[in-house]
Amino acid sequence: MGYTGLRIHHHPVLTFRRGREVTIYFEGEPIKAFEGEALAAALYAAGHKILRYSPKHGRPRSVFCMIGKCGSCIVEVDGIAKRACQELVRDGMRVRRIKGYPVLKEAGGGAKPVEEVEAEALIIGGGPAGLAAAEVLGTHGVRTLIVDDSHRLGGQLIKQTHRFFGSRELFAGLRGFQIAEKYEEKIRSFESVDVLLRTTAIGVFKEGVFAVGEERNYVLRAGTYLVATGAVENYLPFENNDLPGVMGAGAAQTLMNVWGVLPGKRPLIVGAGNVGLIVAYQLLQAGAKPAAIVEAAPRIGGWFVHAAKVRRYGVPIYVRHTIVAAHGEEGVEAATIAEVDERWRPIPGTEKTIECDAVLLAVGLTPNVDLLRQFGAKTKYVPELGGLTALRTEYLETTVPGVYVAGDVAGVEEATTAIIEGWIAGYSMLMKLRGERDEWMKERERLLKLLKTYRSSPVSARVRAGLEKVIIGGEEVA
Amino acid sequence: MREPSPDGIASPDLIKELGYVPNEERLRKGPVAIFECVEPIPCDVCVWACPLKAVSMGEITEKPVIDFNKCIGCGICVGRCPGQAIFVVDLSKDPPQVTVPYEMGEAPAKGVEVELLNRVGEPVGRGRVVKFFKDNLTYVVTVEVPSPELVMEVRAVRPVRGGDGA
Ligand SMILES: Cc1cc2nc3c(=O)[nH]c(=O)nc-3n(C[C@H](O)[C@H](O)[C@H](O)COP(=O)(O)OP(=O)(O)OC[C@H]3O[C@@H](n4cnc5c(N)ncnc54)[C@H](O)[C@@H]3O)c2cc1C
Ligand code: FES
Repeated sequence: MGYTGLRIHHHPVLTFRRGREVTIYFEGEPIKAFEGEALAAALYAAGHKILRYSPKHGRPRSVFCMIGKCGSCIVEVDGIAKRACQELVRDGMRVRRIKGYPVLKEAGGGAKPVEEVEAEALIIGGGPAGLAAAEVLGTHGVRTLIVDDSHRLGGQLIKQTHRFFGSRELFAGLRGFQIAEKYEEKIRSFESVDVLLRTTAIGVFKEGVFAVGEERNYVLRAGTYLVATGAVENYLPFENNDLPGVMGAGAAQTLMNVWGVLPGKRPLIVGAGNVGLIVAYQLLQAGAKPAAIVEAAPRIGGWFVHAAKVRRYGVPIYVRHTIVAAHGEEGVEAATIAEVDERWRPIPGTEKTIECDAVLLAVGLTPNVDLLRQFGAKTKYVPELGGLTALRTEYLETTVPGVYVAGDVAGVEEATTAIIEGWIAGYSMLMKLRGERDEWMKERERLLKLLKTYRSSPVSARVRAGLEKVIIGGEEVA
Repeated sequence: MREPSPDGIASPDLIKELGYVPNEERLRKGPVAIFECVEPIPCDVCVWACPLKAVSMGEITEKPVIDFNKCIGCGICVGRCPGQAIFVVDLSKDPPQVTVPYEMGEAPAKGVEVELLNRVGEPVGRGRVVKFFKDNLTYVVTVEVPSPELVMEVRAVRPVRGGDGA
């Protein structure tokens, strides 16, 4: 297949530190790739979008989430089933498509050594919320462990090339990936804070939190826990929504901003919230030309200035429109969009076909509450916060004493609020472990006030309404 | 009060209504910043960016207020604004000039001809780059525009030749 032009060679903001060029084999065919990059990115860049066929109907599958969650990228690497988005390129690796279901033994179900680790504070998720909490705990010498399933700290931040809104205290004006780098440096400087990367916390047991790492598994125990697992992307039903090239906007960001591979040269974006608008801008920066952004609501959902940034480069935004179908044989070649009525149903006769080579879904995020529920924390469905989320006190303790929440998992918002919540949770955990102290109480109150200021704009009205439904009094923690 | 269009365009009338356009006299006197920050975003980067303290804000969730007598149109805020919502116009020059943020393809260079784009990405003419500087990877580019009416229209530039992508 060879040259696809999907590799990004010049980027105005990012520098891709690629490893040495090596050769890998896909279905026997040699492919040039860079050592240490995600296998899925290397295959996508080489034009091999189809990574497997669905077991039942034999439909082609490609990357969808790029964070190891969906399983649509499972391939056989040197005889063992692996997720191509999580597997890193090594010279000479032999990759094949799997026919039918992968075999459990091959998927790594075999015995790995189990290590037990104890800490005073366990932070699950190393995004802005988790890092902010670790900052407070590290500053006060609390033995803290952060686990994150990604290969770098920073969560969503590592994929963001744009400068963030906010104030000086909150790194405003820096780009997302720069904030992640600064934070990582800071966290690494604390002697009492340890980090386990590429390690996924999958369950809460009597013995502790069970986590799966690359070489070993872990049982993690701590005096206090913070669940800062962020949010997961929503899906959208439409004809052919499983065609290679249809993917989450977050997956597109990982491909282009972490690995330097375009999801397409002319992608269609579904959803004009901040995520959809920013992804369109990032595509422009990476050298792609977004076909359009469609939005079912009567107006854009994101910040107006983010929309203006892409409009002035000629990207059209169709409000009151949705995608009804994707077309193509082995991957997206076009999409049909249509106008919608007040109830977001497509109006027959308004269909339009748009040429595009990828469809990126930016239709909202849902708090990633799995672990919270396993901890036994009470949750509630709050649409204003993105779905199911935990009941908690103002100081972010859930209904399970010693278990805290912060960031998008506590309600989908922004990095700024995630950081402030992380600090507040950090102080709560600190006081749970070391007892209350005036200066800590004062600082926590100051942060609470800061958080309220951030949420005081009319645009945060929805979030404020949502929070009223989940904030409980301290006496309800039991 | 006017609103930005549902698909993301702020009209020059809305910008004026929000107090972001100085009077004729000030406009003719020299370069000045034009803000197109139309929502109460919790952000005050411009306040801290301005070396002349010409931008103020009450709470962080309020819109910025610009003192056009203090502003000298230096363009520092243009490069810093995370919303890329600040521009500088200069009607004292002939031809007039517009300053825009730029972080797309190739680096700008003095004297290079660029395509001038309006708020919906339509080319409205061509102009030359008269100067530029860089602030944390964002270029702040000043270009000549063919006519005075265009200073409130031109909001982006694109290299004339480097036609791939952006
Ligand atoms: C395109 C886009 C643009 C944005 N722009 C802005 C902006 O300009 N300004 C702003 O303030 N905000 C912005 N945001 C929002 C901001 O990125 C998020 O609100 C913020 O990252 C939330 O932080 P978090 O720590 O809660 O979650 P995340 O950043 O999502 O981090 C969660 C981390 O937990 C890890 N994790 C999850 N489950 C597990 C598990 N079981 N085991 C181990 N690790 C796990 C994940 O891998 C991840 O690293 C943007 C978001 C997107 C998608
Ligand atoms: S698991 Fe790899 S793309 Fe989803």
